[in-house]
This record gives sequence, C-alpha cells and structure tokens, in this order.
Amino acid sequence: MSRRNSMGVAAQNRLVNGLVLAVLILGAVVMIAPLLWMFTTAIKTKVEVFALPPVWFPDVPQWDTFTRMWSEAPILSGFRNSIIVAGTVTVVGSITSSLAAFALAKLRLPFKNAIFLGLLSGLMIPFPTIMIPQFVMFAKIGWVDTLLPLIVPLLFGNIIMIFFLRQYLESVPDSIVEAAKIDGASYLQIFRVMILPMIRPAIAAQFILWFMAIWNDYLAPILYLNTESRQTLQVVIANLNVEFATQRDYPLIMGASFVALLPILVVFLIFQRQIIESVALTGTKG
Amino acid sequence: MTQTASISAPADKSRPAGPGPELTPEQRAKQANRRLHKSEHRWALAFVAPPVVGFLLFTVYPVVFAAYASLTSWNGLGPMTFVGLDNYTRLLSDEYFRTSLWNTFFYMIGIPIGLVLAMLLALALNRKIPGRTALRTIYYVPVISSLAAIAIVWQFAYNGDFGLVNQVLSWFGVQGPDWLANTATVKPALILMAIWKGLGYSMLLYLAAIQSVPSSLLEAAALDGANAFQRFRSITLPMVRPVTFFLIVTNIIAGSQIFTEINIMTPTGGPEFSSASIVWYIVRQAFRYQQMGYATAMSIVLGILVFVITVVQFRLNRRNSFSIE
Repeated sequence: MSRRNSMGVAAQNRLVNGLVLAVLILGAVVMIAPLLWMFTTAIKTKVEVFALPPVWFPDVPQWDTFTRMWSEAPILSGFRNSIIVAGTVTVVGSITSSLAAFALAKLRLPFKNAIFLGLLSGLMIPFPTIMIPQFVMFAKIGWVDTLLPLIVPLLFGNIIMIFFLRQYLESVPDSIVEAAKIDGASYLQIFRVMILPMIRPAIAAQFILWFMAIWNDYLAPILYLNTESRQTLQVVIANLNVEFATQRDYPLIMGASFVALLPILVVFLIFQRQIIESVALTGTKG
Repeated sequence: MTQTASISAPADKSRPAGPGPELTPEQRAKQANRRLHKSEHRWALAFVAPPVVGFLLFTVYPVVFAAYASLTSWNGLGPMTFVGLDNYTRLLSDEYFRTSLWNTFFYMIGIPIGLVLAMLLALALNRKIPGRTALRTIYYVPVISSLAAIAIVWQFAYNGDFGLVNQVLSWFGVQGPDWLANTATVKPALILMAIWKGLGYSMLLYLAAIQSVPSSLLEAAALDGANAFQRFRSITLPMVRPVTFFLIVTNIIAGSQIFTEINIMTPTGGPEFSSASIVWYIVRQAFRYQQMGYATAMSIVLGILVFVITVVQFRLNRRNSFSIE
C-alpha cells in the first residue's frame, strides 16, 4: 500500500502495462516467426535456403515460386478438390443440421431428448475407432480414391452445429412458433420465414468453423485418396513435402504450404470478430 | 413436456372443427390436437431423420462392426477368422503398441504448460494496453492455420543445419541438435509446436471467461486489501474453472488422437519409434500391413480410453464444483 502510494497508482500501472506490452510483442514475434520464415523461404533461391550463415531475406525475391508451383505440382486440382469437399459438405450439411436443430428445439416429437442425447453421445467416439469399418464400407462400394467418402457421411448433418443451433433456438419463445402453426403455416415455411432469419448469424459462425475444419482435415483424405489429381490440398502439400525435399526444393514446398493456408487466413482476417466470438461461445457454453 | 400443455390451450380454441356433433368440445379438441400432433411428429421426424440415419450408418454400425472385427484375424479384403481375444493379448506384448501409447501420453505434458501460458496471456491481454486486438489476432493465427502446412514448416524449422530454431539459437551461442532425429528431443520438439499452435485457442477462451468475471467482485476484494495475486487465486481462477475443465477434456481427447504432425514431421515414427502415436500406429498396421483386425482392436482400446478419460473428468469436475459452491 505505502509503496503504491509513494509511486502513484497510475504511474505504476503504466509501468506494468509497458512491461506486459513488451513481453506480449516478443511473444507475438515468436508466434508469427515460423509463418514469416515460411514466406521468406518461399521467395529464396534453393541456394539461399541452405546458405551459411543464413540468409534471412533473399537478395532478389524469387516471386516465380508462386507461379511455377501451379504447373510443377497438382496444387490447382488440390484447391478444386478441397473446395468441392468443404463446399458441398458445409452447404448441404448446414441445411440438414439446421432443420434437425429446429425440430429438436421447437417441434413435438416422441423421445426427442433421447434422440438428441444419442446423437451427442456420438461425439465421444473418436474418428480412429470408426475409420477402419468406414473405409471397408466405402471400399466395398468402390468409393476409394474418390471424394465421396469425405463428403457423403457429413451431408447428414453435424452434431456440434445441431447442438449450438438448438441452444440458440432455446431463446426463441415457443409461442411465436405455435402462433404460426395455428395460422396454418407449414413447418417448412415456419423454418424458412421465421427460424432461418433468426439463427442465420449462428449458422454463419458454425459454417465458417466447419469449413475451416474440413479444409484443414488430413487423416481421412490420406486414407482414401491415392491418385494425385484427386487429392485434397492438405494431402497434396504433404506429398510435396516428401517429393520435393529430395530435390531440396524447399522454396516450392514452403510456397505451396503458404498458399494452402492462405484462403483460411484471409477468411479469418475478414470474419475475425464473428469467428472469435463464436469460438469463445463454444468454449463457455460447451 | 410443458410444451404440450401450452399448445393445447390455444389449439382447442382455434381449431374446434371436430367431425361428430355428438362429441363434447373437450373430445373434439383432443382429436384435433392428435391430428395436429401427428402431422407435427411426421415433419419433426423428417427433419431429424438425416442426422439420425447418418449417425446409425456412419457411427453406430462402424462401432459395432469394429467391436466384432477386433476379435478376428482379417486383412480387410478376405474372410474374417474369429480368433477371440487374441488381438488384445497380442497388444499386451506388442512393444511398439506400448511405446506408441507411452508417447501419446507423453505428448500430453504440453497440455498443462499450454494452459498456464494461455492463462497468463489472457490476463495480459485483459489489461488496457494499446494494440491488444492486433496482438490477439496474431496469437490466434496458428490456430486457424492448416496443421499439415504448419507441420511442414516446423519440420524444416527443426532441421539441424538450416532450420529456423537452430539459427535463432546460434545467436545465443547455442548449438542446437537435429531436433526430429534425436530420441531425446523429438517429443519435446513436437510438444513445443503443439503448444505454439494451440495457445491462441485456450487464450481466447480464457479471455472470454475472465471478461465475464463481475468486476464488482474484484473491486470489493481490492477494497478488502486483497492483492492482485490473491484476487486472481480466489476469484478469477475459480470463476474460469469451467473453461479450464473444458480445455483439459478437449485437449486430452484431441491429444489421444494426435496423428497429422507425427505423420508429416516423422514419417517413419521417429528415431527408434520415439515419436509414433497410437493413431499413427493404428493407421500403419491397418493400411500399410493390412492387419485390419489387429488395428481395430487398437482402435477399440483407444475408444475406451477416450471414453474413460471423459467420464473420469466429468466425475472429478462434479466433485470440484461442489467444493466451490
């Protein structure tokens, strides 16, 4: 107390804040350094990558890394496949999920809570436990080396999304849904006209998080996709990492990896506020 | 249950159209209600059907199938030969399985370290300092970045001669090892990367939780002469306990399934198998050696492990939350 008085609370606070800021900036440098290094490595020459003492920034930036990689590696098809998978799954899956959430939150259905709890219990089962039977299932119908095993199971809806939309709908009073029913609106109409506009922000947030998760998925794609032109972007860059490392073409590996995470980075920077809010919600309400 | 009561009141006023004139108004109302409910049930069922069907087809059936397959000798294509618990007894004597199990648990050392750092970070970012939004964004970037791309960069960053880590260490006169090629350093290296990647997520959840702590509580404690550390210990920390619990559970569940970075950074399971995780070993047994029966047995063990951990955590948490209140 006495020390604080002699120094002045405000002054002390400013000192602490200054120190904290210095530490935070140092931490931020550590957080961002590997990503910056990935970028600078991408625009170095192969020789500069292995130069000793290290070259931190190339004398002449080799921007052609970002043009040559499209022809030297299946990055374009990787992009296309990732967009097909993540796009189909999130669009269709969001529709099925929000309809289910609507029914589970606002409609009358026998054993509704039991159904919901049953679906939730699925969250406790790790993917590795079911991946072998799933693989055999899809192998039997000839879907190995296609994108279908990555898409079809997820079209049926996402329980995490259902969970959050259902919770979101809890705050909507039952009476307005009942009133619409009495007015003779069909259930699809009620969903489209009343429910959908209300839960749109929640759907958008979950949609983005889901899209990111599928875009970044690696385990399921490497199990199924063998042909280069059918691989998703994550598998493509992982294979580049092996293939081009033997040629010591690290600029290309780093450039391709950078390009692979760029779309999500851009989406994140644009929708930062919404994403951060919904993630924070996930943790505190989950 | 309570919804049923609330609907029947307005419904029997607005839909009195029962068929027989000999019915009492109450009976007519009931009939109309039943008809209304029936159509509602049908629609609700149709809306719920896709996730339920998906769940049965792609989760329940595979689990049942896996439970059976784990009792067979099977290469994935040919016939399944029932062998009883042979696969499970084989697990007990499989050194590689034991090692991968041990490695997987070892990686979890990173969880408490990450949570402490995230908490400190959240406390720091909770102060009124300039640029804290930008800082928050920077700390969050690794979280949204693709793990495959991150693993590729870090694999190169850990390179003994040309990697970023050793280049930075050399400024301080330290000659770093070839991180991923040494049994002693490969696991710490992977843990360090996991902390770096997950820090922003935990930080964000802690920040949200800290900001929801009522400031009146903290002010009252300050007036009573509690110093910053005491206020943190007896108010903030207990208040954010649900978040800590959530993070521990989700981190353990995710940690028990660690695969991507292992497979990319140490494609052969590391020097002397020192980085291989359970899932990495399952994938290898199933898809490299076609030991599907044996691999499923391992995956069942993993599933049970995740289940037990979750249940134990919830039990512990329940007891803890009683002691707070």
